[in-house]
Amino acid sequence: MEKLFQKISLASASIVFVILVGIFLTLLSSSKAAIEEFGLDFLTNSAWNKEVPLNPVNETVQANAAKIFEDVELNTQDDTTDDEDMIADEDDEDDMILADEDESEEGSSSATKTVYGGLVPIVGTILTTIIALTFALPIAMGIAVFLAEIAPKNISYVVGIAIELLAAIPSIIFGMWGLYYFAPIVADIVGGYQVSLLTAGLVLGVMILPFMAAITRDSMNTTPNVLKESAYALGATKFEVIKDIIFPYSKVGIIGSIILALGRALGETMAVAFLIGSIFVLPDAINSPTISIPVAMANNFGEASGLGESALFYLALILFIISFGVISLAKFYFLKKAK
Amino acid sequence: MRLIVNKIFLALSIFSALVGLAFLGWILITLFMKGLNSFHFHLFLDDLIDGGLRNLIVGQFILAGLAAAIGIPLGMAAGIYIQEYGRGRYANVIRDLSDIMMSAPSIVIGAFVYAIIVVPTGGTSGWAGAIALAIMMIPVVINTTDNMLSLVPRELREAGIALGASKYKVILDIVIKAAKVGIMTGVLLAFARIIGETAPLLFTSETSNYFTLDLSESFPSLTVSIYDLANEPEKASRDLAWAASFILTVLVLVINLTGRFITRNKK
Repeated sequence: MEKLFQKISLASASIVFVILVGIFLTLLSSSKAAIEEFGLDFLTNSAWNKEVPLNPVNETVQANAAKIFEDVELNTQDDTTDDEDMIADEDDEDDMILADEDESEEGSSSATKTVYGGLVPIVGTILTTIIALTFALPIAMGIAVFLAEIAPKNISYVVGIAIELLAAIPSIIFGMWGLYYFAPIVADIVGGYQVSLLTAGLVLGVMILPFMAAITRDSMNTTPNVLKESAYALGATKFEVIKDIIFPYSKVGIIGSIILALGRALGETMAVAFLIGSIFVLPDAINSPTISIPVAMANNFGEASGLGESALFYLALILFIISFGVISLAKFYFLKKAK
Repeated sequence: MRLIVNKIFLALSIFSALVGLAFLGWILITLFMKGLNSFHFHLFLDDLIDGGLRNLIVGQFILAGLAAAIGIPLGMAAGIYIQEYGRGRYANVIRDLSDIMMSAPSIVIGAFVYAIIVVPTGGTSGWAGAIALAIMMIPVVINTTDNMLSLVPRELREAGIALGASKYKVILDIVIKAAKVGIMTGVLLAFARIIGETAPLLFTSETSNYFTLDLSESFPSLTVSIYDLANEPEKASRDLAWAASFILTVLVLVINLTGRFITRNKK
């Protein structure tokens, strides 16, 4: 019985390991087709689901497509990937027409192929996260200071619970509220679209705010009272105590909490999905729409198949690796030190 | 000068607390206004196909409940292992991995379950959704169990062993009992978290307009339907989405507060 119980608990613990390795391997094998097709160019290519001719010299190929089909076939895909960016910017409509023609005569040698590149969602993910952090960081620090040092015990308790309730609200609610109530106001002030990088980033910021504030407060609370009291006894003001005693003391913990919040912002789907606009275009300004990795997955997974689905898994793999890296950094470097 | 800087700093800090509270208030007020506006008792009696939410609410509870039924025993057993049996590296590695898993993007977990369950079984299903949610829940339960067991004084365990109880008896009858309240709180908070999740369900359970208890087909989910409804152009759909959001938020907050209330009372 004793042995059995121990075995069961060991097996359950190992499930964590199995699931994490399983996630990695599954994503890897599901994205295999896209990785083989696009390699690392995927990271720098901004085209998504675009039909491009197999030969880099766009116009002439279309004109002489029939003549050089054989050459194209010999050339294979490798040569073309470098120039996809350029081609994608040119007449899409021509490409589409060409694509349609090709599909109808499937089986004969095809002059186009579908290209997937991850640059737009990767950039979108990183930019929304940066905006969210820039917005949330000062406010979260202010709240943490308020809760840990300024407010009397009972007010701190009540406000603390309110902040934690804000953290408990499902992300889809943030998305809807953001789209219908928050974004119009932001768009009025800043101009531009209601669905944009900026509004998505700000709502994401509101979402990670309570999370960040709560961990920062906890690490501030670890400062020994003796240190604070000696500083007060020397005549320091509250600001000086916080700046020179509490902050240096809990610095590592605070940085760790910021990185954890960053990890959360990177992977957030629903709050961003309502607001980012979901188009595969690099944003040319802070108030123009784009897309992020989780949103690309949420909105395209259902319809995707074959190479498209594989490309989405590739994106998921990239996201998983980024967030794994970010969280491990926070865990092993900063939070370990904080203990 | 020092005093002025101090004043400004304190004012800024209080101001940020107010900003935080303002956001909470703004969201809650919006929800109440929009939600109550379109709230009607028939929402609980009709299914989505007839303009109600009954199947979605029941479905969401079943998904989250199943996830809890899978996730809680596994998570608790793993937490017990880490705290009571594990010695040295392996337990620490599991603890760290579980923390990392807790922050893994939920949509990636959805994609993982899609690849290992939805693709082989040929379609979205309630089981897939429940398993995705369970994967989200396990690390949270591990974390709580681990933390709460570590608070149980060593003397209690020693006393149990001195009385001749075997280790598993000590764990089940003494240690777990001592940490019960804390673990229950953590589990309730975890439940409140997964019942509001959308991303892991998008391509695992999807949602359904009809009432069903059959877990082998697409399963009604409140959150996924909110996402669908909110994106539809008709005002009626969006109003329904607001009513659903209102119900969902009230549910989540009530479960969350219940969890906190239990701990506070027992202290």
